[in-house]
Amino acid sequence: MIKIKKDLCDFCGTCVSVCPDDAIELFETRVIINNEICTDCLRCVKVCPFDVLEAGS
Amino acid sequence: MKDYYDVIVVGGGPTGSTAARLAAEGGVKVLLLEKDREIGIPVRCGEAVGEKGISKIVELKEEWIANHIKGLRLVAPDGTKVKVHHEDVGFVLDRKRFDYDLAMNAANAGAEVVTKAYAFGLLTENGTVTGVKVQYIGKQYDIRSKIVIGADGVESRVGRWAGLKTNLKLKDVETCAQMTATNINIDQNYCDFYFSSDIAPGGYLWVFPKNKNTANIGLGLAGDKAQNKSPLSYLKDFMKSNFPDASVLTTVAGGVPVAPYTENIVSNGLMLVGDAAHQSNPISGGGIVLGMLAAQIAGRIASEAVKENNVSEQRLSQYVKEWEKAGGSNHRRAYRLKESVAKLTDDDLNKTAAAIQKKPEDKHTVVNIFKAALINQPKLIPDIFKIFLG
Repeated sequence: MIKIKKDLCDFCGTCVSVCPDDAIELFETRVIINNEICTDCLRCVKVCPFDVLEAGS
Repeated sequence: MKDYYDVIVVGGGPTGSTAARLAAEGGVKVLLLEKDREIGIPVRCGEAVGEKGISKIVELKEEWIANHIKGLRLVAPDGTKVKVHHEDVGFVLDRKRFDYDLAMNAANAGAEVVTKAYAFGLLTENGTVTGVKVQYIGKQYDIRSKIVIGADGVESRVGRWAGLKTNLKLKDVETCAQMTATNINIDQNYCDFYFSSDIAPGGYLWVFPKNKNTANIGLGLAGDKAQNKSPLSYLKDFMKSNFPDASVLTTVAGGVPVAPYTENIVSNGLMLVGDAAHQSNPISGGGIVLGMLAAQIAGRIASEAVKENNVSEQRLSQYVKEWEKAGGSNHRRAYRLKESVAKLTDDDLNKTAAAIQKKPEDKHTVVNIFKAALINQPKLIPDIFKIFLG
């Protein structure tokens, strides 16, 4: 499960662009990861420009 | 918002606004949706454009231009600054004003523009896209259309909802951090590009002056090289060692497609443009001119297709054909160059800078620089010439 440090997020959408499963939703100032679809590939964690995302347990 | 439009454009950046304007000028009913509260904000961009490219697409207004640029300088890892001899001069834009006015132009051409309107899904019937599901100030609406144009940026989901694979490989996205900084000591005549694995691995850092002591400063890292340290950390380190007394007026994150050319940008009732269609230049990351160029084609063809009452993938692929001619072949070459440039080490870059510095300044052309850098890959030389001269 990916952890989102919401107060760090700039809502840029780079995580969404690499998600192979279309599991990330981004509105103006809201980012949500759908854990039912997410396969924990961690691509979003690797590309996040501000280190907002973290691999959780 | 009404419950039907001929064309719905998702995304109010320069590309979306241009597509909306061209479609509206073609005489069809157009809706332009922007998810954020204001067109033009935040600015996720380096803001530099070449004069030649942009002036072919829009009549430039002086208030869009923050600063006129006389030249480019490339900075090698060892600090050697190479002035590039380049015929096309450029501008650093004020993207807030630019984007805002382009949306206004679309509205003045007859398109309806709505902000805070978030597209969260598509309507489809028998394999054809027939509209958009929109969330707008607490309520959800189904808005029907003949054609949806996805101009929804690097994160494009519109394409995916229609079954097009628009997600990027890690190596084909640049992950970026950008600041606007003032009280810094710069030469306002030059856009500087820093290349070094210590500063921006798999990408570059830019310093684009907005006035005599203010610049748009940012960097992009290749997505597969950003794992251990974030773009923001790299940028903060650069600012600390180069501009320790800077005041920072904006701090923004962003992503840029630097991906292979794709023809997979239309389906029944749907077209993608701009970053959503990976049309940004894979070697520079520049996307304003190319996106707007494609949007002009897409907007015009959308209006024609609506009037003919034929929005099939086959009819809309006329856009792909015209885009191929306008930008496709150059895009393919630029991607091949990017793949080779990505293999260059800091040592290669230092040697290239040293070799170029020995030549007189009028020989410091982009072509010569690439030639010196890729001297071991002569197969790419024709690509270089075609990209920069043809």
